[in-house]
This record gives sequence, structure tokens and C-alpha cells, in this order.
Amino acid sequence: MKNIIKNIAIAFMSMSIVTSCSNKLDLFPQNDMTPNNAYKDMDGYMSVLAKIYGSLSLGGNEGDGAPDISGLDGGSQISFIRPFFNLQELPTDEAVCAWNDQTIKDFHNLAWTSSDPFIKGAYARPIWNIGLINAFLRETTDAKISERGFSGADATNIKNMAAEARFLRAFNYWVAMDLFGKYSFLTEADQTGTTPVEKPASEIFAYIESELLAIEEALPAAKSAVYGRVDRAAVQALLARLYLNAETYTDAGKYNEAATYAKKVIESGYTLSPDYYRLFQADNDTQVNEVIWAINCDGLMTQGHGNTTFLVHAASGEDAPEYNVGSGWAGYRATKGLSGKFYAGNATTTNDKRALFTTSKYKIDPVENEIDDITNFHNGVHVKKWTNNYTDGRAGKDPTRNFTDTDFPVFRLSEMYLIYAEAVLRGASTGDRATALSYVNTVRARAYGNASGNIADAALNLQFILDERARELYWEGHRRTDLIRFNQLVTDTYLWAWKGGVQGGRAVDAKYKLYPVPAEAIMVNPNLTQTTGY
Amino acid sequence: MQKHVRLRKWDFALRNAAALLIFLFAASTAWAQKTVTGKVTDAGDNSEIIGATVVVKGTTTATVTDVDGNYRINVPENNAVLVFTYVGKVSQEVVVGNQSVINVRLADDPRLLEEVVVVAYGTRKKTDLTGSVIAVNAKDFQQGNIQSSEQLLQGKVAGLQVTPGGGSAGGGSTIRIRGAASLNASNDPLIVIDGIPVEGNGIKGSDNLLNTINPNDIESMSVLKDASAAALYGSRASNGVIIITTKKGASGKPRFNFNTQFSAGVITQKVDMLNGDQVRDLINANAAATGNNTYKDLLGTENTDWQDVIYRNSTGTDNNLSASGSVKNIPFRVSVGYSNQNGLLKTDNFQRTSGAINLSPKFLNNALSVNINARVAATRNRKADEGAVGASLRMDPTQPVYADNEFGGYFEWLTEKGDWNNLAGRNPLAMLEMKNDARKANRFIGNIELDYKLPWVEGLSLRTNLALDQTSGNRTETIDARAASNYRTQGYYRNEDEKKSNKLWDVSAFYEKDLPEIKSKFDVLALHSYQDFLTEVFMNPAYSTDQSKMIEGSMPAFATDRPQYRLDSYLGRINYTFDDTYLLTASLRRDASSKFSPENRVGYFPALAAAWKIKEGLFTDSKAVSELKLRVGWGVTGQQDFNNYYPYMARYAYGSNTAQYQFGDQFYQFLRPAAVDANIKWETTTTTNVGLDFGFANNRVTGTVEWFNKDTRDLLAVAPVAYGSTFDISVFTNVGNLTNKGMEFVLNTTPVLNDNFRWDIGFNVTRTHTKIVSLRKQDDPNFTGIPVSGISGGTGNTIGLHMIGQWPYAYNVYQQVYDQNGKPLEGVYVDRNNDGQISDADRYLYQRPAPSTLLGINTAINYKKWTARASGHGMFGNYLYNNFRSERSVMRNLLDPVLTINNASTELLTTGFYNNQYLSDLYIENASFFRLDNINVGYYVGKVFGNASLSLNAGVNNVLVITKYSGLDPENSSSTGVDNTIYPRPRIYTFGLNFDF
Repeated sequence: MKNIIKNIAIAFMSMSIVTSCSNKLDLFPQNDMTPNNAYKDMDGYMSVLAKIYGSLSLGGNEGDGAPDISGLDGGSQISFIRPFFNLQELPTDEAVCAWNDQTIKDFHNLAWTSSDPFIKGAYARPIWNIGLINAFLRETTDAKISERGFSGADATNIKNMAAEARFLRAFNYWVAMDLFGKYSFLTEADQTGTTPVEKPASEIFAYIESELLAIEEALPAAKSAVYGRVDRAAVQALLARLYLNAETYTDAGKYNEAATYAKKVIESGYTLSPDYYRLFQADNDTQVNEVIWAINCDGLMTQGHGNTTFLVHAASGEDAPEYNVGSGWAGYRATKGLSGKFYAGNATTTNDKRALFTTSKYKIDPVENEIDDITNFHNGVHVKKWTNNYTDGRAGKDPTRNFTDTDFPVFRLSEMYLIYAEAVLRGASTGDRATALSYVNTVRARAYGNASGNIADAALNLQFILDERARELYWEGHRRTDLIRFNQLVTDTYLWAWKGGVQGGRAVDAKYKLYPVPAEAIMVNPNLTQTTGY
Repeated sequence: MQKHVRLRKWDFALRNAAALLIFLFAASTAWAQKTVTGKVTDAGDNSEIIGATVVVKGTTTATVTDVDGNYRINVPENNAVLVFTYVGKVSQEVVVGNQSVINVRLADDPRLLEEVVVVAYGTRKKTDLTGSVIAVNAKDFQQGNIQSSEQLLQGKVAGLQVTPGGGSAGGGSTIRIRGAASLNASNDPLIVIDGIPVEGNGIKGSDNLLNTINPNDIESMSVLKDASAAALYGSRASNGVIIITTKKGASGKPRFNFNTQFSAGVITQKVDMLNGDQVRDLINANAAATGNNTYKDLLGTENTDWQDVIYRNSTGTDNNLSASGSVKNIPFRVSVGYSNQNGLLKTDNFQRTSGAINLSPKFLNNALSVNINARVAATRNRKADEGAVGASLRMDPTQPVYADNEFGGYFEWLTEKGDWNNLAGRNPLAMLEMKNDARKANRFIGNIELDYKLPWVEGLSLRTNLALDQTSGNRTETIDARAASNYRTQGYYRNEDEKKSNKLWDVSAFYEKDLPEIKSKFDVLALHSYQDFLTEVFMNPAYSTDQSKMIEGSMPAFATDRPQYRLDSYLGRINYTFDDTYLLTASLRRDASSKFSPENRVGYFPALAAAWKIKEGLFTDSKAVSELKLRVGWGVTGQQDFNNYYPYMARYAYGSNTAQYQFGDQFYQFLRPAAVDANIKWETTTTTNVGLDFGFANNRVTGTVEWFNKDTRDLLAVAPVAYGSTFDISVFTNVGNLTNKGMEFVLNTTPVLNDNFRWDIGFNVTRTHTKIVSLRKQDDPNFTGIPVSGISGGTGNTIGLHMIGQWPYAYNVYQQVYDQNGKPLEGVYVDRNNDGQISDADRYLYQRPAPSTLLGINTAINYKKWTARASGHGMFGNYLYNNFRSERSVMRNLLDPVLTINNASTELLTTGFYNNQYLSDLYIENASFFRLDNINVGYYVGKVFGNASLSLNAGVNNVLVITKYSGLDPENSSSTGVDNTIYPRPRIYTFGLNFDF
């Protein structure tokens, strides 16, 4: 008995001495993939492509959670749509915000600083997307495709995805260049870990242009891609927008090209949707005749507080049920600068159906629309453009009504009409004034439901175009860019309530035409320099 | 002496005839001239001492006391002397005289000279310790209503901070030893239970795994504070180590113990909120002033105190039965326990059923010692939604508790359509009563230790410890289908499981040797340890309450997950003692962790400590100086405790099912590359510790003065990187360093000590200072700090900053301006940089959440059969950001933009602020405090029901708090110091009975 115990004890001990464990320390997470496994089949490529598109809709891998960009607020600061909206709309006559969120009030006051967390998120998002696209492109080379054994339709499909990814990279660069001017720069030649260099706006412009021109033919023809994925018309639309603003970016106008590319889109077979409001509601994925490319949002499958969920909630208050969301966030309104473009003087009615400013609680009212107190949601012009409504009155799919189904149109046909007209008015020889007028009146006829809103040639001038763009494109992320192009953002040519932080409005320093490089971005990247004035 | 003389006379007279007779008499009866009986009791609590030794001095005649403390011994003559001894007690000698009954009361030995302390991988005599190790034995534990083991140490150990998270039943605590040394990795000490370093994190089904250990089963807890003591645990020891040793079997006849405790808790303080009439006055006045009746129209007619609605008096019972002794020479201990506690919040309930068995047999002529522990605990927790605490403060007091509606009859804020307004505050009672968050955890901790003394090499033994710590947790959350928050999905039901298995295999060789010829002795330990931590998570979608319908969007991306990490370690230690005066300990641990890449996987953690027993050389004969020892220690420890098990590994991760992208009719899951630092490695802390242990006047006064310096390098922190260089703007990496230095002073005295009366006072105080030295990989003059500490109200606002030269989480605030009457002016701040405008640049660093001084006080009085104890602790220099005040004491909060009325604190009546001024230093408050944790009185009744002896105790926990802090409770476990009001800690009255039989 004693010997048995002794032997067992000794065996037990020596066994554990012998056990060698070094190779047992190589562990891999169950649900993650090695980089090689991630691209082993088409599903993997599609999932990375979904992330590339999805990074324009959500801030993280789990909605707002598992954020792509950490250290900031997942809902409000690191997604694409909401920061883009804030930076493009809040400094203008189109939007004010009632909230106390950090520095949010600095935007309408045109008084932001380089330590602004919203600007930090807005700076970080495009270069994050570009880094992801570059990593993806490195996996789409011929060598990688053959190495992984893809051929035939799969190989072609991967090459198409690569072209789409390049478009999205160009789009991200355009967003960054428009907001910041110079910007961090990386291509697929830069491996992960490379510290970006800084390129001036002119060089980024040239890069965007060359990339778009290079892929124009590679992408499927207009209206031939499945909903949500870009096609050739999106490339041309971005080129049109890029060229229209070329003078802002490079000091040299490219209006000929703007008209040319706007026309290419116009002639691609799109038509205006008869009902303007349907372009901005939960079932706007049906509006494919007009919408060239939209960022997709879904109340069940694409849930985040930084996409259209924000646009719908932020604009609604106690009237939230009319927007078909569970509650209003009671934050964003417009100034009378916007409503004044629809309502002459003290008028409270208009035939322009784009004037979506009335709910059961709020209406056009010369007194209530004055903003005495920005923090008081009741002051200002309430905007019911973005909703979570289906055309038949139903709410979006999310039963909790927390998240919306509404997609965010990036390019619409009507913008192309207006780009063409403006380019002609700015001297494009590739277009003509009569066509420009007819295009403008096409837009207005949809707005009025008939020709009653049409204008005569005498009324067609640049200021009219700017105002028409406000009427047609308000709250879609164009206004700041437009006001800069017309030099009305920082000057006293045009004032609106609380511009520059005073109720009557005032001119501000010209540096506010561009956003500063976030102080932290400079701190961690010695290649970056601060924008003049900041 | 008379008898002695007479004996000699007999001897003289009968020396021949009687010689043989006397010899026989003595040999056969052991000179049993006389029998003495009596009882030996503890001078402290008057309990019987079982197994005390009674010896007739100068002879081999001896006996031990039985289970009742009784003894019976024959003494040869009246002038014999009986010596009573018992471990840990002062021995007593009593001259028999003409007594036949001698009762003796043995007092604790204040010198505790031979007290053995559990240290890393072994035990050491307390006097031979070289590192900073404090052992607290069961008799010194915090008394009263204790549900979670760590709370036993509250206030008992210098430098140890135990902060309960709140008053929830079964809730856990934040434990800090000598402050926090890490920014983003864990600051929790390593917990070792019977040699098993356990997983500290919670599990679905239990937020607090420490509450699965029954405090009644704990024999002692050792706190290893400095690196020389803790470095043997290498990569996980940077925050110190707490070693829990459970009770073991004893020799002798089985003894039983049953104790039971009843407790009742009451709320001590509520937040001062406006009542219904005050809210009506304010809103009516506002409507009159603005002409806007929007809010006036929302007013109700009630005067509801929502805090009264959600709280109740709590009750609890705690029952434990144990048996220990030997059966067939196998010492054993078996215990069972059942505890049932109701929290202050309605519906909050925690139950624990536990059982433990310990067997410690010896085989092969005691060469093979076996120690087997098996411990099971089942906790059942209906966890009350603590959101109800905040909701009770937000809810409009003009509204009724109940209303006639479809939401279960609870008043809720509705929209005009009759839908619930989902941004409005909830009815807090509905949150409690309509939700059942049922948490279950079943834990098994078992180990087998073998210690085999090799017969062919004296002093050499082989040891192994094989352990399994396994917990299965389940969380089943059910919300009533009528609840406002969930009616759109017909309620809510989700059932999730998680299982943690922690396996340990240690094997070691130990050799000890005395070399008297060179006055030396030494021991050597070599050990290999392998530990595997596996978590298995099982996720399910959510359903409607009746489980008939899955809630759309709730399907998890993966049904299971299986995070795992492993540690493979070798260590060696040598203890050397010269002349019983000079002590030296040297150790080295080599750890390899799966959390790091093969290149960075291995870390070495050395430690060196020396001690000089000054008493032995310089004051050997001194009566005044009973102990004097100088200790110096140095060591390196590591840190790898963070939730990311694969931080270095390049990989792609799938997104959740609610984060997909639509192409055509189909949705595609996201696949995203992770942002990693492939070179991430241990955070290392180098600690230097100098201590002086002293004892004066026969150790009536003992104590320790200690100085320490912790220098943490390669700080594991989320640090910003060049935007675009990887898939985030910051990554989890090693960056910067932080220092933490301080002093500890401990003083224990016994001012009164006599047969009937004993008074002990213990006192400990700790001063610490923590400073961030660097947060960048290289020096950077432009570094502006890392904003931290998000607050409630105003999305994205942060109140803290990690900044060079500052304490972590320093508050970054605007400096409030006051009018001549001292009233704060709303939104008016000091233009600190004099640039004419108030901007971010005017924020300044003001105070921080961590205390600079910790204080613990204990006292105990024993008088005959009575004992009384009290203990308290305090923190000083700590500040809190009173987020509740900043959010809820302004008019705008009353007039919620989401079209509801919220309640506000009474502060609104004095400041009259309209808008929230979140970033004002007005809300940074001094939260220094002293808390009297416990007062407890015990009485030893003695024999009842035959053999059973009974003692009674009664006490109060959380007796009082002295503080200037205006919030509910200044003791806040959040490292950021953001106080949104906590689940109030009850004052608990306890009454307990203890039977020994």
C-alpha cells in the first residue's frame, strides 16, 4: 500500500515536471481571422468591402460600439454622416444645435479650435477609411488573386471591388480636402504602420482626379450595379462636384469639366423623383431613378447613432411620432436664413414642396422662428426633411424606433442639374445657358409639381443658383462648401442668426473656411503642420 | 514545604522498609497524590480552549484539554506547578497549593513571536519576514454583515483600500494596494486562494466572483504589498497580492460550530430633492415669466418622494455549520453555509449556498502530506436595476407612482400618441418590479497538494499542487411585456451562459538545511507553474417575454466565444539566515504569457530583500525593546491583466449582426482589421521598500514604519498614434511611466492588559503620491494630455485629464467666478490665460479622485465574558466630480427639452442656474471622509443545552460617516471620480449566535 502511494505520488510529480508548455502559448481567438484567412474566399472580400462602405454609415464594428476610432464619442464624433453634417451644416444658416455636447456650439459660432473633439473625429475618419481601402487593395493584386486560386468570375469580381474601393478612397480624400485643405496622404503602396505624409489640397485634388479618371471605365455602367454599390455615374458625379469647386481647392477653375461631367450623369438615364420628400424617408431605397449613390442605413442591420438615425432624431422634438422615431432629441433647427429662401417676407405659406418645415408642433412663424436662445429647441425653423416614415405611413423596421432605415443620398440627379447650370454661369464653354435654364426649371418643376415655379432667363444668376441649391440640397451636407465657393461663409456679404456668435451675425476670420488639423494629430505625426491662422 | 519536610522525615524513619513500597507506588500511580481538574478558557472571548497543554512543571506528566476545555491531571504534591500552554497564547504557571480545581484563562500572546504567515509559495515565521507582508487572521477580520471576502480586510491593513461599489446585495469592491499603478490595465491585486491564483473578473451571472467564497471559511488573508514579497507571482503581481487561506482540519475529536446571523439594514441618507410643491412653484413661475405653458401643462398634482418609493429596509440571514477534527487520523473540515440578503432597493436579493471540505491526511510515516480542498458555492442573485437609483432622482415628484395605462399601471411619460417617450426618465419602481435580472453562478474550487519529504535526502521535499477553479454563470433577464421600455417588442427575455475554467499545475522542489557550524540556515525553492484560463461564452438572441418571438436585430454574430490565455512560469527562491539575525531572500520568476508575441512573451521578475533583526544584536537583553527589525526590499513585478487576450496579433474581426451593410437585397457582415501593437509587452513595476518593525514594552506597543517607491514603466495604456498609420488613432501599447511613492505607519498597542480586562488599539495610516511621469514614447513638449473620465450629460464631455506631472484622472475644469455674496455666477469663469475669451485653454487642473491619505483604526476591549470591537477607516485628499449636481441642479433639467419634467436637487433653489455648467470647478468637491465601519459587542454565555457553548454578538455596520461632501456617499469606487450617485450603502444592524459543540 505504501509503495503504491509512493509510486503514484512520484509519477504525478514527475509527469508535471516533464510537461513542456512553450508551444501551448500560441493561442488564436475563436471568432477572428488571420489576415490570410480573411481573404481566403469571396465572402471574406465581400465582408471587407462591406466594412469599407459601412465605415461611412457606422462608427464601429458593432454599431457605435467596437469603435474604429477610439477615445471619442462613438455616436456623434467618429461616424461619417453625422460629423460630415455637423461640419458642413452647423457653421451655416441651415443649422443650429441646442445641445451642451462639448464644443458643439463652436460650430455655429464659427469659433472652433484645433482641440475640438468633433473636428478630431472628422479628421480621423477619412484617413481611417483610406487606410482600410489601401489594405484591401493590397489584397486585390493579380498576384494575390492567383495566389489564392481565384479565377474567372471571382477574379473579375475582385477587380471590380478594387475599382469601387478606389472610388471610395477618392471620395474620402475629397471629403477631407474640402474640410481641411491639406491632408494626410497614403496609398496602397504604404504598408500598415507607415506614418502618413501631408499633401497640399492641390496635390490631393490632382490625385483624386487621376484616380477617378482611371477607374471611370472600370466601374459598371450607370444604374447597373446593385443598390448600395457605386457605378460609373457616381464617379462622374464626384468629378462634377470636384471640378465645380476646383477654384476653392487649387485656385484654378475647372468649370468646363464640371459641366461636362454633370452632363454625363444627367444623360445616364436618371430622372427626378416626382415626390421630393420621398427621397429622405425610410423607403428612399426605392428612389433609384434619382439617387445616384446613397450610404445605406438600416434600423435593424445597420444600427448607429451617427447615421440618418441622428438626422431624424436630432431634428424632432415632441413631434417625434411624426418622424416615426421613439423620441425626439430636440437639437437641430435651421435659421430664418434657410426658410427665408422659401417664404418671402412674413409669408407663412409656399407652393415649394421642398419646404418641409411644418409639423403638428412647429410651423413657419416669423416670431417663433427667431432664435433668441440657441439652447431652446422651440426657437428656430424646424426641419422635417429626414424621417423614418414609409410612404404608406408605417415606421421603419426597428420595432424599438431607435434606429432608422433612411439611406443618405450622396449624389442626386438634381445636384447635377444645378452643377451644370452654375458651371455655365461661371463661364463653362462646354455647356449653354438655355440648357442650364431648362435644367434649373426641371428641378423647380419637381419642387412645385408644375411649371408655376419656373424662372425666366433673366432670373438665372449665380446668387439664384446658390439659393436654389439651399432650397434643393439643404441638410444634405453641401452648404458650407457652397458658401465658401460664393465667399459668403466668413464675410459679411451674407449674415444669419448667430453667425460668428452674435445674434445679428457677423463676419469672422477667413481661417474658418478650413478646419484646423487636430492638435493631437500633429502631436503624433511630425509630418503634419497646422493650418494658417490656427 | 511542610509536607516536603514531613516526607523526608518518613523517608528518614522508614528508609529501608518503605523503599520498595514507595518505588512501586510512584511507578504505578505517577505519584498521584492528588487530582486537579479545571477548565482552560480564552481570556479574550471566554470560549473554551480545546487542546491546551497542561504540564506538571519539571515532569513529563501532561494532558490536553478536551472539547469543553476541561482537563484532569494528577499532581504529586501541593507545591507542584502546572504550566498551561496553547499556541498563540501567553503560557501561565500556577502553583497547585491546596486547590483541586484550577481554572485558567489564557491571554493572546502579544508578541506573536512564532506566528507563521502565509507568503507566496509557502509560509514564514512572522519574525523572519523580509518583505512587506501583512497577515490578518480570522479573529481580526472586520465584523458584522460581510458578504464578500475582501471586505473582511476593510481598514485593517495599511495601504489597502477596499471600496465597495455600493450597497447592492452581494456586490463587490474595488481593491487597491498602495494606490493604482496602471492607467489602462487592471489595478486589482492578484487574489490567490489556497495556492490558486484566481481569475478576478466577473462572469455573466456574477459581477463579483469574490462573493462565491464564504467569508466564514477563511482562516487568514495575507496582503503582499511590496515587490520583494509579490515578485514570486511575477507578471501578475504589480498591484500586490492577497493570499486567502481557508480553514483546515484539526486533530482530535470532531468539533462542530454553528453560527447564525440576522441583519436588518436601513437607508442612512437620501438625496435632497425638490418636492412636488417646489417643482410646481418653479414651473408655474417660469410659465408666468415666459408665457410658455408647455411645461406647466405637464405638471401633476402629487407630492411623490420617489426615493421612498424604491427603497425598503433590508434584511438578511447568514448561517454556517462546520465540523472539524480527525477521523481515522485523517484531519478534516467540512462546512456548509447559506446566506440570504435583501438589498435596500426593492427586489434586490442575493443568496449564497456554499460547502467546503478539507482533508489533510499524512502517509508514509508523515513523509507524504496530502491536502485536499473542495469548495463549492452557488450564488443566486436577483439583481435590481441600479438605474432605478438615478431614475428616482430624475422622476417628476408631481406625478403619481401609478397611473391608468397599458404599461402595467405604472406612471410613465408618454408622447401625444400614447407611446412611451424613450428619452424621458423611467418610473423607477417599474424598473425594479417589471424586470427580473436573475444571475446564477456555480463555482467549484478544488485542489490537491502533495508534499513528499524524500527519505534519501534530508530536508528535500517535492511538492505539487493541482487545482481547478471553475465557474458556470447564467444570466436570465426578463422584462414584463407591458414595461414601457420594452412594450414594442412584447417585453424582453434573454438567457446567456458563461463558463470560466482556470487550471493550475504547480510542481516544486524545496530544500532546507541548517548549518549550525557557520550559524546559517537556508532554504531553496524551485518551481514550475502552468496555468490555463479559459472562458466560454454562450450567447443567445433576445425574445419577447413569452419567448414566442425573437427580437429582431438581437441575434448575436457568434453563438459562442472562447477567449483563453496561458501562463508558463518558472521560479526560484532562496532564503538565507545568518545567526538568526540577518535574513536574505532572493528570487527570480520567469513568466511566459500567451498574451504576448513569441518575441516578447518571456519576462523576468527578480526580487531581493534583506532584513536585520536589530533586537538580536543590539538590544538582546533590553526589556524596553522587545522587537526591532529593519527590512529593505527591491523587486520587479509585471502586469498583463487586461481584457484583450490577443493584443499583439494582426487579425480581422467580424462585426455584430446589427453592424452590416446592404448591397442589393443582401446584408454583409463587416470584417475589420484590428489595430494592434505587435510589440506589446509587460508593464513592469519596480518597487523599493524600506520598513522598520518595532515592539516595545514586551510588545505591548508594536508597529511598522514603511516607505515605498513604485516606478511603473512601459505603462500599458491606450496611446495616440499617427492617424492613418493603423486601424485606429490610438492603440493599446506600452508608453510612458508613472510613479507611486508613500509612507505607511502602523501602531498596535495594548494599553490595558490584566486578567479580566484587555484593551487593544490599532491604527494605520498611509500617505501616497501618484504621478504620471510620461505618456509618450519620446519626450514631447507639445503633449497636451489625454482626456479621460466621461460624464453624464452633454455627449462626449470629459472631466479628467491624464497629464504629465499630475495624478491620474486630474480634473480639468473651468474656474468658477462668484459674486460678492459667494454665489456662483452661471457660466462665468476666470479667463486664466487672459486672452479675452473663455475657451478650452482656460481649463485648469484641479484636484483628483485618488486619496493621498488612508486611515484605518481598530479597537477591541475584552472584559470578562464581554468583548467589544469597533473599526473605521478614512480617506483624505480625494475629490469627486459631483455629476449628479452638475446635471440635476439646474432649471434646464427641470424643463427637459424632450418635453418632460425632471426633478432637481434643492441646490437649484440657491444657485438658480438655468443651464448646465458641466465643466465648472463648482462641482469638484472634497470627498475626504471617515467612516465608522462597525461596532460589535459579544458575550460569551457558556454552556447551554448540555455540551454546547454559546456566544452572542450584536453590532452595527456602517455606523456613521463624517465628511464635507454634499453627495450621497463620499466613498466612490470609480477610478475617474465621477459620482452619479450610487446605490446607497445601508446601515446594517446584526445579531448573531455562535454555538460550539
